[in-house]
Amino acid sequence: MRIAYDRAACQGHNRCYLLAPELFDVDDEGYAILLVTGEVPPELDDKAQLAVDNCPEYAIELREV
Amino acid sequence: MARIAHDTTHFSSNGVIVSDFKPGIPPPVGFAPPITSDPPFHEVARRLLLPAFSPKAIRPLEGSTRALCRGLLDGMLAEAGRGDIVDAATAYSQHIPVGVIAHMLGVPPEDGDRFRTFIHRILEKPGQIGPTDTEDTMVFYLDKVIEDHRREPRDDLIGYLLGLELDGEPLSDSHIIGTVALLLIAGIDTTWSAIGASIWHLAQNPEHRQRLVDDPDVMPFAVEEMLRAYAPVTMARIVAEDVEIGGEQLAKDDWVLLPFPAANRDPEFFDRADEVVIDRERNRHSAFGLGIHRCLGSNLARMELRVALEEWVRRVPDFELVPDTTVRWSTGQVRGPRELPLRLLRTVAPTGVAT
Ligand code: HEM
Ligand code: SF4
Repeated sequence: MRIAYDRAACQGHNRCYLLAPELFDVDDEGYAILLVTGEVPPELDDKAQLAVDNCPEYAIELREV
Repeated sequence: MARIAHDTTHFSSNGVIVSDFKPGIPPPVGFAPPITSDPPFHEVARRLLLPAFSPKAIRPLEGSTRALCRGLLDGMLAEAGRGDIVDAATAYSQHIPVGVIAHMLGVPPEDGDRFRTFIHRILEKPGQIGPTDTEDTMVFYLDKVIEDHRREPRDDLIGYLLGLELDGEPLSDSHIIGTVALLLIAGIDTTWSAIGASIWHLAQNPEHRQRLVDDPDVMPFAVEEMLRAYAPVTMARIVAEDVEIGGEQLAKDDWVLLPFPAANRDPEFFDRADEVVIDRERNRHSAFGLGIHRCLGSNLARMELRVALEEWVRRVPDFELVPDTTVRWSTGQVRGPRELPLRLLRTVAPTGVAT
């Protein structure tokens, strides 16, 4: 699984960072920074799903590779 | 609703509180940037503030917020014990956002009561003639606070604002006053409402109280669920150009409301939308708005709500509404309990953690 993060849609709600700090950091203005570029480690799949399911702006998607 | 929030071309934020007159300061800036601003100015004003409200900037405030909550509970429980009635709104929830913002602004905590008066005039009685005594206005008060900070620079939010530049110039006093006014207006009644509504919910749902006591990891989910189910804020827009939405024709200068609380209970977007699911895992709620005006204070508000509930359930794990008393809710576009009488069923002594 890979994470697709859409910076243009992100409004810095920071739900992803709160729920999945292993996968998302925030910059100084509070916008998300995706920490994993390749495959999501399988043990973090659930966290990735949580981030997707709680982003109010639909800025995060999971894609099968 | 999401369409309106995202469409800043047709829907202007120049008027966000419905009232019987139209705002006097034209778009795109508006009275209190960035909430009353439209693009492109909006982003300029917002970016100035974002760093002060990012999750990492907010985290250090958690300790003082917790100490504030503990102090309030100590005070409340010094006079009341098991079986007694307390007003959770006036003894607890109302003081938390006021104390936190006073701390951030570097003004004395006693000034909090004045903040609430200023805000009450704007939010609950919009469009009415203000106070006649100029010394009692928010602008007069903030002018003085800024003057004090100029004389004696300090490392707080006002100090931060005084140090900012826009187009190579320091921010004008009116910009700073508008901004601080906005933080007071946007940050106090809203958070007070969210804390109060959550406690009101817990008073009626013993199994949810118990869950929070037994399983603290649920708290972050519970916080979002409270925000979803009891979203305190409804915003307005002024139609900037004629537009059709949802089959309705809207004319320029019409007011529209963005009912975030209703959107949060839309069964198309939420399973069991009308039920409080305390550990709800899929929760794309819009209590903090959507799009470019996403609540700037959301990280602060979320932290305050979580800490306020953690501390409350630790000291008061069991409580209920009192039959034959009235829970009074606010009027206007921010909704939450302003009087919340509760009977204490069980209280716990402080654990002696230093505050
Ligand atoms: C639970 C508490 C809160 C709720 C439910 C809430 C809700 C909202 C909502 C719905 C908006 C969007 C306005 C719009 O679309 O026109 C907003 C904007 C805003 N909020 Fe909050 N808010 C809360 C707490 C706070 C706090 C604590 C602060 C700061 C001290 C704050 C500062 C702001 C600011 C500055 C904006 C304007 C952002 C912009 O226009 O770019 N809010 N809030
Ligand atoms: S939850 Fe969505 S909008 Fe919020 S910071 Fe993460 S990606 Fe951005």
